[in-house]
Amino acid sequence: MEHAVETENLTKRYNDLLAVDRVSLQIKEGEIFGLLGPNGAGKTTTLSMLATLLSPTSGTARVNGYDIKTQAGAVRKSIGIVFQDPSSDDILTGRENLYLHALMYGVPKEDRKKRIDYVLELVDLEDRANDIVKKYSGGMRRRLELARGLLHNPRILFLDEPTLGLDPQTREHIWQYIDDLVKTEKVTIIITTHYMEEADRLCNRVAIIDNGRVIALDSPYALKSQMGGELIKLQTPSPKLDQIEKLSYVVSVKKGDSTVTLTVKNASTHLQEILSMVGQVESVEIRSPTLNDVFLHYTGHEIRQESGEGGVMERIVKLRRGK
Amino acid sequence: MGELEGFYALWYREIKVFAREKSRIVSSLVNPLLWIVVFGGGLGSAVSVSGMNYQVFIFPGILTMTILFSSVFFGLYIVWDKKIDFFKEVLVAPLSRTTIFAGKMMGGSIDSLLQGSAMLLFGVMLGVNYSLLNVIYSFVFMLILAAALVSLGLIIGSNMESVEGFQLVVSFLVFPMFFFSGALFPIGNLPKYLLVFTIIDPVTYAVDGLRGLLLGTSQLPILLDLAVLAAYAIVFIAAGTWSFKRLK
Repeated sequence: MEHAVETENLTKRYNDLLAVDRVSLQIKEGEIFGLLGPNGAGKTTTLSMLATLLSPTSGTARVNGYDIKTQAGAVRKSIGIVFQDPSSDDILTGRENLYLHALMYGVPKEDRKKRIDYVLELVDLEDRANDIVKKYSGGMRRRLELARGLLHNPRILFLDEPTLGLDPQTREHIWQYIDDLVKTEKVTIIITTHYMEEADRLCNRVAIIDNGRVIALDSPYALKSQMGGELIKLQTPSPKLDQIEKLSYVVSVKKGDSTVTLTVKNASTHLQEILSMVGQVESVEIRSPTLNDVFLHYTGHEIRQESGEGGVMERIVKLRRGK
Repeated sequence: MGELEGFYALWYREIKVFAREKSRIVSSLVNPLLWIVVFGGGLGSAVSVSGMNYQVFIFPGILTMTILFSSVFFGLYIVWDKKIDFFKEVLVAPLSRTTIFAGKMMGGSIDSLLQGSAMLLFGVMLGVNYSLLNVIYSFVFMLILAAALVSLGLIIGSNMESVEGFQLVVSFLVFPMFFFSGALFPIGNLPKYLLVFTIIDPVTYAVDGLRGLLLGTSQLPILLDLAVLAAYAIVFIAAGTWSFKRLK
C-alpha cells in the first residue's frame, strides 16, 4: 500500500538546536495522523518541512510520492494546509478568499464556482460567504480555512493546531467537521496538537514527539493499553510501599509529594487489597490512563499546557540561556 | 497558465483591498493637498520660481511625493503580512517567488497610480493645463516610479522583522528622498553637497520628468529622466525578486 507520507531520518537543525531529530514516519492513506507533543517539540517544524516551507538539514521525505526536496511544486499542489494562526484575508469576504485560493492553486475555471460552493457547504458557511472575514468568529474563521485547505482537492490536509485558542464548544464542533471530512473527502489528515484529548478524540494513530524525536507511535488505544492497567492515585502522607511494589499486578509506582500513583492491572478488583497495605489514605481516585500519562511515562514530564506562541524558537532561547 | 492566474490573484487582492479601505485613500491624499494648498499657497504668495507660481511649480513634486509615500509604504506593509494575514497562504501556494513578487509589485503600483490620478485631477483645479498626450506620458512615468519604489519597499519589508522599523525607514529614507528630489526647489544651481544626493536620488528624475511633461520646464532631457528612472526600477525589481526568493 502506498503511503501518503514517508519520512526518512528527517532532521532540522538550527545552529546548536536539533528541532527535529531523525524522524522516520510512515503515514497511511486515509488516516488521521496526529503529531502530539508540547510546544517546541518540533511538530510545526516537521510539518513545515513536509509542506516544503522549510528545507531539511538532512534526511528526506516523500509526500504523495513526491520528493520534498526536488519536487516542491508537485508536493504543494497535492496538499492543503490550515495554519496555526489565521491566514485568511480579513478585508475580503469568505468567498473572495476562496476564489483567490482557487486561482493560486490552479483550480480549472469551469470548476471554481462549483468547488467553492461545495466546500462552503461542507463547513456550513454558505449564508456567511459574502461577509468580510473580519466579521467572522474565531470558529467560523477556522472553518473557512478548513474549506480553503480542501478547495483544490488535496490528497493530504495538514492541520497545525486546528483548535488552538477556541472555546470548548467550538472545538467540539471543529472536531466533528474534521471527522466528517475523512469520510466524505477521502483525504489523509495530519494534525499537530498539544491537546491530548484532541489527539485521543480524532486520530487513528499518534506519534508522540518530544525534543524533536518520535518517542512512541501507535493508536491512542494501543498507547494507553501499553500502560498496562488503570491508574490509582492515592492522597497519603506516609505510604507504605515495600509490599505493594512486589505485587504482581502492580505495574509501576510513582511517588509524589503527598501522593502516590500506581499503575495497576484490573485496578478496581485489587483496590481493597492495596488500600489495606498502604496505610492511612485521605482520598482515592481510579481512572483509565490518558495520553498524558503515556507522555509522562515516556518522557518523565507532562505536556505543558501553554499558549501557542514560542515553539522551537523558544527552545533555542532557552538553550542559549543554558536552560 | 498557473503562474499567470496566481499573478492575477495577487493583483486582484490588492485592488479589492484598495477599493475597500477608503480611509486609506483619503488619508493618503490629505498630506499632499496640505503641501500644495498651505505650503505652496503660503510660500507662493511671496515667491515665484522659473517665472511661474510656486504652487504650480511644486505640483509635479507633490504628485511624485504622493506616489513615493504610498509606494514605499505598500512594500513595508508586508512586515505585517508576514506576521499574520494572507501572506503565509501565498508563500505556501504552488507559485514561483517571481510570480508572487510580480503580483505584489503590480498590485501596489496600481494603488499608487490611482492615487496619482486623483492628484492629477486636483492639478486641473489648480489651473495647470496639460494635454491628454502628456497625461498619458505622465502615467508611464508614474508607473515606472511606482514599480521602482514599491519594489524598494518590498525589499526593505521582506528583510525587516518588526513594525517598529517603519519610522526609521521614513526618517532616513523616504523623507530624504522627497527633500533631495527637487520637489520643492529647482535643482539648477544647488550647492555641491546637495547636488550629490540629488543625483543619486531616483525620485529626482521622476520630479524632473513630470515637471517637464506637465509644466513644460525641466533641467534634464525627459528621455534621460525616463531612462535613469527605468534603470533604477530594473535594479530594484531584480533585488526585490531576489529578496522574495530568500523569504521563509
